[in-house]
Amino acid sequence: MSEVPASPAFIPHMPRDTGDTWKLPSRGTVGITCLIMAEASLFIIFVVAYVFYLGKSLTGPAPRDVLELPVFTTICLLSSSLTVHFAVEMLHKGSRRLCSLWLAATVLLGTIFLAGTAHEWYHLIVHDHLTIRTNLFGTTFYSLVGLHATHVAIGLFMLSLALLFSLRGQLTHEHSEKLKVLSFYWHFVDAVWVIVFLVVYVFGR
Amino acid sequence: MATQIPIPQAPTTAILDETLEPAGPGLWLEVLHGWVTTVDHKRLGLMYIGYALLFLVIAGFEALMMRVQLAIPNNTFVSPQTFNRLFTMHGTTMVFFVGMPILFGFGNYLIPLMIGARDMAFPRLNAFSFWISAFGGLLLYFSFLGGDGLYGAGTAPDVGWFAYAPLTAKAFSPGHSTDYWTLSILLSGIGSVGVALNIVATTICMRCPGMKLTRMPLLVWLYFVDACMVLVVVSPLTAAQIMLMLDRYLGSHFFDTQAGGSAVLWMHFFWIFGHPEVYVLVLPAFAFANEIIPVFSRKAIFGYPAMVAATVAIGFISLSVWAHHMFTVGLGAGANTFFTLATMIIAVPTGIKIFNWLATLWGGKIHFTAAMMFAVGFLFQFLIAGLTGIMLSAAPFDWQLGNSYFVVAHFHYVLVGAILFMIFSAFYYWYPKMTGRMLNETLGKWHFWIFLIGFHLTFDFMHIPGLMGMPRRVYTYEADRGWAIWNMIVSSGAIFQAIGTLLFVYNLVWSYFKGPVAGPDPWDAWTLEWATSSPPAVYNFAVVPSVQSRRPLWDLKHPEDPDSNYEM
Repeated sequence: MSEVPASPAFIPHMPRDTGDTWKLPSRGTVGITCLIMAEASLFIIFVVAYVFYLGKSLTGPAPRDVLELPVFTTICLLSSSLTVHFAVEMLHKGSRRLCSLWLAATVLLGTIFLAGTAHEWYHLIVHDHLTIRTNLFGTTFYSLVGLHATHVAIGLFMLSLALLFSLRGQLTHEHSEKLKVLSFYWHFVDAVWVIVFLVVYVFGR
Repeated sequence: MATQIPIPQAPTTAILDETLEPAGPGLWLEVLHGWVTTVDHKRLGLMYIGYALLFLVIAGFEALMMRVQLAIPNNTFVSPQTFNRLFTMHGTTMVFFVGMPILFGFGNYLIPLMIGARDMAFPRLNAFSFWISAFGGLLLYFSFLGGDGLYGAGTAPDVGWFAYAPLTAKAFSPGHSTDYWTLSILLSGIGSVGVALNIVATTICMRCPGMKLTRMPLLVWLYFVDACMVLVVVSPLTAAQIMLMLDRYLGSHFFDTQAGGSAVLWMHFFWIFGHPEVYVLVLPAFAFANEIIPVFSRKAIFGYPAMVAATVAIGFISLSVWAHHMFTVGLGAGANTFFTLATMIIAVPTGIKIFNWLATLWGGKIHFTAAMMFAVGFLFQFLIAGLTGIMLSAAPFDWQLGNSYFVVAHFHYVLVGAILFMIFSAFYYWYPKMTGRMLNETLGKWHFWIFLIGFHLTFDFMHIPGLMGMPRRVYTYEADRGWAIWNMIVSSGAIFQAIGTLLFVYNLVWSYFKGPVAGPDPWDAWTLEWATSSPPAVYNFAVVPSVQSRRPLWDLKHPEDPDSNYEM
């Protein structure tokens, strides 16, 4: 039992014949996948609350009275998934100017979406007198759409940072992995919007 | 004091280089600065553990106060209001600020060492997670000072650890105590998700060459499954707390029955978190058992693949049992049947684990060190806890005993009899690695026997007033109910547990200065953490290890008969 090889110390260490073939997934991809799992489970609860309270409001207004399909802003947000994908591709290929261009397009599209939400909320609050206190519809609508809009805002902030770095020439090929991780987050935010759009504006109306 | 294990005299080598450590103790401020700004997984792990021990003592003290109050009928030791605060703070603290951080602490410390890595995958996120959780704990206890809201009502949260609606509505919980409760749990949840993400990424991406998933120590496997569960079950609680904050501050109606909201929805959201949480807490205890029982039986673990499969099965099934906390709500026959069956099915993978541990012990050369004694205690007590769990999973039985002391006895049997016993065991086993010194074995055995007696006095006899109809959370009871003698026994057991815990704390401190020097591998163990010095250098391993089997140190010590010969 005390017959222990003296060197190198106690650490089991073989000549690195396996070293080159030993490849593990990247931390960034795994990390963002975990974050997306946690976020997805957060959104599921808000979606469940929305569906559970559908039609249970004691007073008006009801969804069909006030909601309109946000078709244009939805198209903007979903196409921003494509533009961010192109930005990652361009950076990966080393084309930094095109990367800046696609990033700028993504930020623009995301901003249009947020502005659309702001306009919708303004209309709902001022003209339709629907606030988070009005009824269960207001409670669940503003919290679900608001939670999503918060995620869009966070994504926009990070994309704007990336755009800033890109414009200053600080975003290089070695950052393409990190930009890809950010793009995963953005794709997730878009995917959540598909669910919200279907639940709130299509089936729930 | 003398261990029964011969300590192999490992040749110390040049790579265990101490010169990177700062010379001399340095200024206190520098030491403090070093700890506050650290991103090292070992220091963060120790900070998690220390912080959890602090809260363990506080929450244990709260439990003692409750037991004094309940020891005799018609007692007036604390007021009803204080009693409500005591059980709320005791439960919340124990789950979120003792159980979670102590398990994350051990995980943080051990996982990189066991897989031969330099650190966790995201060291700075690791530090962030610790400090945000620590801030949550401080916020909870700050409520004693800051919870005195506009109406002067309440100084600490008094809504119970599961805080059923509508008790948490502004009308019934004026002031800010409930807000502190909500915020502290929100923050702790963010911290937990951060650690879980880190553990998953570390396990997948940081393993040393040769450490395939099928060769990972079972501890790492169980922490991996545990972290995956944390990722999906903590968020529902976070969502529910956000809704509660919206209700309280913006006047929304999620849990407001006056406006058509549902109090039962809160129960669902809470227990979707709450029941898997029990498994989140118990899986690390299983993880410790998987490492400790084989080493002190001098045998490799029995049924490694079955252990992994059972763990994954527990992870999945535990997501579909939450409503067994809600049988008394009246869910209807369909839901009752489903949740009864799902709950009973979880006994199957759990049983597989118990049989595997028994098979590991069978025919082994068992060394009854303090760590092993706690592990054997765990085996018996976890079995009993599981059996009362199956009793309660039957909906009609639960209708009789829901919210009684029988339930309290059942889940304390799990939390104390299984989880706390394994945590103590883990301390005796890994303290030498963390500090470089052995814990005193004699004191450890005294600790075990005194704590064991106290545990059984308290939690065996707590079942009986429950069967006689004593509800939980009552601040006192009449003398003619026949509960008095049982409550007296239960309370006297608490004193034994307090003495045992004090012995343990004394042992921790005394051994840090006076304990025998441990050396790198005091237990003649087989996993990688024992391959480096005790305590490990900042960089963990001077060379990147590479492994050929599940027990790399066995291979090293027995080159004539390595495990890799038997791998499929």
